[in-house]
Formats: sequence, C-alpha cells, structure tokens
Amino acid sequence: MKVDPSFAERVSKGTPFNAEACLNCGQCTALCPIGIHLLPRKLFRYVLLGAEEKVLEETDTIYSCLLCKMCEENCPAGVHITENVRALRVLLAREEMQLAPVEG
Amino acid sequence: MPTPIKHTLGMLSDNLRKRKSVLPLSRRRLLSWTKGLDLPRGGATVLYTGQMYQMVPAINAMTERLSKMEGSWMSSYFGLARSMNRLFNLAGLMARGDPREAREYSGYLRNIVALLRAAHVEFGYLYEDDLYAGALAHDEGLDDALKAHAQRVQTLLREHGVREVITIDPHTTDMLRTVYPKILEGFDLKVRTYLEVLEEARPEPVKRLSESVTIHDSCIYARREGVIEQPRDLLRRGGVTIHEVERSAKATQCCGGPIEMLFPGKSREVAAQRVDQLAKASQRVVTLCPLCLANLRRAAPAEIEIADVSAYLARAYCPATTRATGSTIETGARGELMTPVPT
Repeated sequence: MKVDPSFAERVSKGTPFNAEACLNCGQCTALCPIGIHLLPRKLFRYVLLGAEEKVLEETDTIYSCLLCKMCEENCPAGVHITENVRALRVLLAREEMQLAPVEG
Repeated sequence: MPTPIKHTLGMLSDNLRKRKSVLPLSRRRLLSWTKGLDLPRGGATVLYTGQMYQMVPAINAMTERLSKMEGSWMSSYFGLARSMNRLFNLAGLMARGDPREAREYSGYLRNIVALLRAAHVEFGYLYEDDLYAGALAHDEGLDDALKAHAQRVQTLLREHGVREVITIDPHTTDMLRTVYPKILEGFDLKVRTYLEVLEEARPEPVKRLSESVTIHDSCIYARREGVIEQPRDLLRRGGVTIHEVERSAKATQCCGGPIEMLFPGKSREVAAQRVDQLAKASQRVVTLCPLCLANLRRAAPAEIEIADVSAYLARAYCPATTRATGSTIETGARGELMTPVPT
C-alpha cells in the first residue's frame, strides 16, 4: 500500500478533518441507515495513514453517505463524522474531478 | 451503480455558478405561487423560500429520469450532457415537473404566507432575488462554487436592507443560519424558521382538527437546527394527536433524499424502510421538509397519506378563505383532484 504522509493535510485544506479521537467502537457503522460497509471508521483510518489510493477506491461510498448525522449524534468520541466526509468530497471535487465551475 | 458522479456534480456546479441554482427554474415556475398575495417587495424582514418548494416537482422529474439511466448505457453520455448543459439549460429541460405537483407545492407556500399573516407577522419577499441557498453544493463538497454563490446571496440581502429572514425548509435554514456565518465575513442576519416564528407568536386556532398523525422529523431540523418541539406544539394546539414513531426527534431516520440524484435506487430503498417505520405509528405522516415529502411519497403505498406540516397548520389556524384547499394538499391523500388555490 502506497502511503502519502501529506494526504491528511491535503484533505484538511478544504474543511477541517478530525478523526484522531475515533475509538473504533463501531457505533457509527451499526447506526448507518444506508448500511455503508466501511464508513467511517476504516475510511478515516486510511486518511490518517495517508493511504490515498484506498480512499479513492471508495469514491462511491464517500458520495453515498446521507450526511444525516445519525452516527455523529451518537459518536462517544465526538468525531465530526459528517464534516470529515464533506472534507473528502471537497478534496475529490477539487483534485480528482477538477470540478471548478466552467465560466461562460 | 450510481449515476456518473463527476459529470452529475459538474452539471450542478456549472448551474450554480452560471444560473444561480443547481436546478434552474423559469421565473414563472419560481414565482407563480405569489400571484394575488400582494407580498411587499423587500423589507427588513423577508420570507425566504430558497426556491426549495418550487424546485420539488423538477427534482421529482429529474430523479425519475436518473433512476432510469442508473447503470444503463445512457450513463456513458453524461459527459456530453454536461457539455451541452454549459450552452443551454439542459437540466431544466430534463426536469419539467408535473403541473399538478407544482400546484400542490405552490399551495404549501401560500399556506405558509396565510399562517404568518394569521399570526400578524409582517414580512416582505424578494421575488427574483429569493435565490437558492446552495445546500446541495455544500453537501457534495462543491465549496468553490458554493462560496461564490453565497457571496451573491449576501450581496442581494444587503442591497435589500434585510436584517431578518424567515425560512421555510430545513436546508435553507441550515445554510443561512449555520453554514453562511462560517464561510462569509459579516453574515449576521437573524434567521428563524416560520415554525419558530409561529410558535413564538402563538396564533389562536380557528378550528380543532381532531386528527391523528405521526411526524417524520427532518435530520437537519432535528440534529443540526434544534427544530423539534415547535411543530409538535403547534399541531397539538390545533387539535392534532401525534403518535410518535420509534425513531423520532433527534433519533429520526433519514428519508434517503440527500442521495436521490447520485444513487436513486439506494435512495428509494432508504425511503421505503422509513415509510415502513412511520406506517407502524400512523397512516398519516406529517413532514417538515419538501424533499422528505417528495422522497417518502415516492416510496409509499397509496394508503399512506403524506403531507407538509403547513397543510395541517393552515387548516387549524387559517380561515378557509385564506388558505389553499383540496384533499392532496390538506392531508396528502392521492388520486383526488385539488380545488383551485385561492387568489
């Protein structure tokens, strides 16, 4: 697995990314109404490790999050899960999809 | 398999920058609901729809089309569609909504006006400057397009001398009350939902409804904006009995709406799951968000009647001559024609 130590920093550029407090307890996964298989525990670990390729493989997963905050509301560590997911979307939109609006 | 994410988001982003909305509507579709209401233009306090209720018929049409394209050969033409959309409003053409639905959602808007007037609240309206607030762009991480758009909204509000806005849906409320102050300098407007304004004004009911419903709380109202008790108090004072669903208030479950454009199939599965939960509490469901209403109704069998909270409140607090009427708008019953919205 290729690791980029600056990846977490790049993710944080758009909007703050904070997952260090995650206890890996699984409450978020258990409560997810859409049954997302790896969000957010594993995904956030990939970010902290700098495993960019692993994160990019999960693009569909990142965009299928409802941002409903059910997980965040019940997170015992107070991780800002939905803002973290949004941070990944901001990065994907800017760097992977080049979604800067087209003028004209 | 989702609709092609890059091109779908690209179209939303282009539209927001170029046409001031992710799903641009004609002036007629945005403003026809105001006909005959004599809403004053501008003012220190304005009703701010953020175009959300007006947009729902178009969203429904778009979602229907996208669900047919999801995973099909047509998906490979999304890149071309984005290029065409830069030249003309393709998204708007693809999303011509059902006129009957447009009438229903116009009725909800008119009922909200009637409710505020019944509570003697004074307010104006911005008409063509009542812009979409950018909630979908925020959710999808299109922050560059969102910031430029939010600055446009801020400028318009300043030009009109607005100090307070009365919002009517969770998404616009969250954008103006929570997101804009974080991304814009000096955005300090007072933002309240019409439900909060009504709760404070405490209008007297003109009729006690003696009906039973369950409430589907919006995730955004319940978990981000603290709007939970206001609709319940207003309904109860209007004679409505509320049977709470197990997952309600802060524990509410999402309707699936946030992913309806990218994952229409999954979105419908989540909605169907939620409808099953709600139906165990009551066959009549009250929603607080136009997108929840649209998404749940798409997945609900005909016997489940789903309607916007304003419909119940208008019947309880407004004389019949001032509100929109008809079975669909009043209770969410389907298959019956609505009577014309009064002007």
